[in-house]
Amino acid sequence: MKQLVTLNVNGNTYSLAIDPWRTLNEVLREDLNLTGTKLGCGDGDCGACTVLVNGRSVSSCLTLAVAVQGKEITTVEGLAQSGEKLHPIQEAFIEHGAIQCGFCTAGMEMSALNLLKQNPSPTEEEIRTAIAGNLCRCTGYYKIVEAIGDAAKKMKV
Amino acid sequence: MEEYSVIGKRIPRVDGRVKVTGEARYAADYSMPGMLWCKMLRSPYPHARIVSIDTSRAEKLPGVKGVLTGKDFNGWTWGWMPKTRDEPPLAVDKVRYLAEAVAAVAAIDEDTAEEATELIKVEYEELPGVFDPEEAMKEGAPRVHDYVKNNLSWDFHMDFGDVDKGFGEADLVREDRFETGRVITGYLEPPAAVALWDSGGITIWAAKQSPYFVYRHLAACFNLPLNKVRIIQPFIGAGFGGTKNDSLAGDFCSVLFSKRTGRPVKFVYNMHEVLMTCRRRHNMIIHNKMGMKKDGIITAMQSKVIADGGAYTAIGPLTMYLTGSISTLPYKLPHFRHDAYRIFTNNPIGAAMRGHGVTHTRFAAEIQMEMMAEELGIDPIEVRLKNAITAPYETINKVTVHTCGLKEGLKTLSENPKWKKRSGGSPPEGPLSHGVGISGTAYLGGARQRGHQSCGAVVRLCEDGTIDYLTGATDCGQGSDTVLVQIVAEELGLGVEDVDIKRVDTAVTPCDAGSYGSRVTVLAGGAARNAARDVKRQLAEVAARNWEVDPGDIIFKDQRVYVKGEPEKAMPFRKLAQVACYAGSGAVIIGRGYSQYGIEELDFDKGIGNAGTSYSFTSQLTEVDVDLETGFVKCTDMVIAHDCGRPLNPINVEAQNQGGAIQGMGQAMYERFAMDLGKTLNANLADYKMPLSTDVPNIELIDIITDDPNGPYGAKEASEGSTVSSPPSVVSAIHDATGIWFKEQPVTPEKIVMALKKKRE
Repeated sequence: MKQLVTLNVNGNTYSLAIDPWRTLNEVLREDLNLTGTKLGCGDGDCGACTVLVNGRSVSSCLTLAVAVQGKEITTVEGLAQSGEKLHPIQEAFIEHGAIQCGFCTAGMEMSALNLLKQNPSPTEEEIRTAIAGNLCRCTGYYKIVEAIGDAAKKMKV
Repeated sequence: MEEYSVIGKRIPRVDGRVKVTGEARYAADYSMPGMLWCKMLRSPYPHARIVSIDTSRAEKLPGVKGVLTGKDFNGWTWGWMPKTRDEPPLAVDKVRYLAEAVAAVAAIDEDTAEEATELIKVEYEELPGVFDPEEAMKEGAPRVHDYVKNNLSWDFHMDFGDVDKGFGEADLVREDRFETGRVITGYLEPPAAVALWDSGGITIWAAKQSPYFVYRHLAACFNLPLNKVRIIQPFIGAGFGGTKNDSLAGDFCSVLFSKRTGRPVKFVYNMHEVLMTCRRRHNMIIHNKMGMKKDGIITAMQSKVIADGGAYTAIGPLTMYLTGSISTLPYKLPHFRHDAYRIFTNNPIGAAMRGHGVTHTRFAAEIQMEMMAEELGIDPIEVRLKNAITAPYETINKVTVHTCGLKEGLKTLSENPKWKKRSGGSPPEGPLSHGVGISGTAYLGGARQRGHQSCGAVVRLCEDGTIDYLTGATDCGQGSDTVLVQIVAEELGLGVEDVDIKRVDTAVTPCDAGSYGSRVTVLAGGAARNAARDVKRQLAEVAARNWEVDPGDIIFKDQRVYVKGEPEKAMPFRKLAQVACYAGSGAVIIGRGYSQYGIEELDFDKGIGNAGTSYSFTSQLTEVDVDLETGFVKCTDMVIAHDCGRPLNPINVEAQNQGGAIQGMGQAMYERFAMDLGKTLNANLADYKMPLSTDVPNIELIDIITDDPNGPYGAKEASEGSTVSSPPSVVSAIHDATGIWFKEQPVTPEKIVMALKKKRE
């Protein structure tokens, strides 16, 4: 039995009829065509599917869509607020080469945003801890950690 | 040294923007109206005869549009070489590993497809399995393939010089048994594809690292000419060899379902399927024997390698070739013998992975060399410097090295203050023991396989002076698209923003061998350079006619074109493009280029010749802290001196060295598939531990510039060297901290605690 839900994603309101067992990840990707959020392991182990719900990072693969009604959901598509201008986190990821295959990137960026909203001046150790739930097999994390540190500085300006 | 405008600069990735915004589409991001979902039914047994399959209940489930079993592929099988085509898309007569695909369902949605797989009734007759390669080699062991005696999948016997003579000349001879573990490639993007069969043939959007393998497999399987098979490359969520370099049950089944239903068909494996079934690094047992003179000079080496091949051959013969043919680098071996056996078992399939083949035997040789140096009282760097080759050099099996930065790298590390912190056997103060280790390794770049080596590039000039660049080489994350664009821009005096690279589309892009063996920068890079030069030549002729000068005097730089020594004769590149394109009918300017490796044939059966175009050399220092009570190892620092010839994009080279070293560290310290009777016990990313952001050491990177003559702008490889150098360097550091030589990867805390306990007793 489908359920009517209203989701607020990246400032847009969507009314949908969905099965109550569907995850936020499925609804974002399949119903809203927001495929920037990836599905890696589906178990909450890899962090590739990370999105923000009311400003806090969650694994969208473990979150039911019906459970986040009325909450503010932010995905990678909502990072850059307007047209051409990228978010400082995105700019820093490009400048520092913090991207290789790109499959972990959206989740990394959302974890970084989660951190920087709560802690605008994180230490390197705090950055490492903040992304410890996001696996990346390509980079060894170095350039990602650098990029998040630099994004913190950019966001203060 | 020539001054470059774009090459060697810290150019951000050309695909950076689409990746940080989420715009980049990966295979699973594609969907189409009317699309069906394909799901696999997998075997619950590692070895069983298939007695019967009843699909009738699945077919009757509403929403199911088709069911396939092995028989639907009419006996077709595939493999890396003609004589090793042993793998069917779906198991036919029997299953040979746990979770092998037995049947497939196509349905209107994923849930229905999954539900239908549970309605398929398969009757199995369970067979005794064999899971240990040494057991599988014995007479009377269960046969994985009925026609293969002693489960011998492949063997190589390489014999150079006279090892007995070499051992006779030695003052010290050691024999040790080493073992390397089963490791996952570890990409986060599960394999996926959307397939469409229509009157134009097959079109498939598939997550492939080397799409031209799959292109040939699909043409062969469905008996279509190659111009009816179109693979369009989405962005690829990493590869690292193995699975994404090959075809999968899902590829064949979704194509056949689309043929039968006329609808697009999609599959996405879940991570559990990936970890249970996908190709993984071969687990290898290496019996190594080395002879050394008192002064540390190696007199001979003999290796016997036994690899767990799993159920099918896949690319295994090449793996085994590389275990031996590259063993003669980077240390001089006057006498060398290598016997390699790849053995079928009822385990998932062993295949290529970053550091392919080389990581296993290099680990054994590095550790054994250092063990012997220790016995003889020789410093670990000293023994390496004594035996290291110096370019130019030809090994005993005719591997030719034109540039080699190994000695320079090792010397740099020996002067590093971190090397001075080495304990050298002095006891620690307290429970934490500090250790410093070293390694010096080699890897091939610009790999050449048997068979298909075609590698071309097309550079198309647009009339506004911009460039469309077509390559068959796939960027699966390593950054090759950026480097290839830099090459085209450099040759034409343009900026990277003037050159647009298209994703691989086999209907449009020129053929390429694939993204394996660190070959793209060296070979596809050479093709890109040649194609750009072809355009430049055509444009120079137009400009030369215009100015009545010699075409050789036309300079392309900073988006301008001018005559050497006559700066008043100049125009923007854009203007010249217009002049050239409007010069008359047929004035279409397209540049073609091919890679030319210009090296001799290799003798695959005997292990003679160059499997690569050039060879990178990596020297690595590693520092660890070992908790002597818990066995827990914290890797704190690495210093990597890498000779990639010349870094064409320093950001990318740094990232490759960092990522490769961390992948190697995981393999050395904790990564492994835990197996029990063919079952992968840790088939999830919590229990299979890959390094996290909090686990990685500081890394200092040093470029050793050697400018190889066989690579574009002096480049060699940069993507696999540190994966090979990392495990021996980490294990050498653990030895320095504990006084114990660990010969089996991974060196887990349990092994350390047990060994320390034994040492105390």
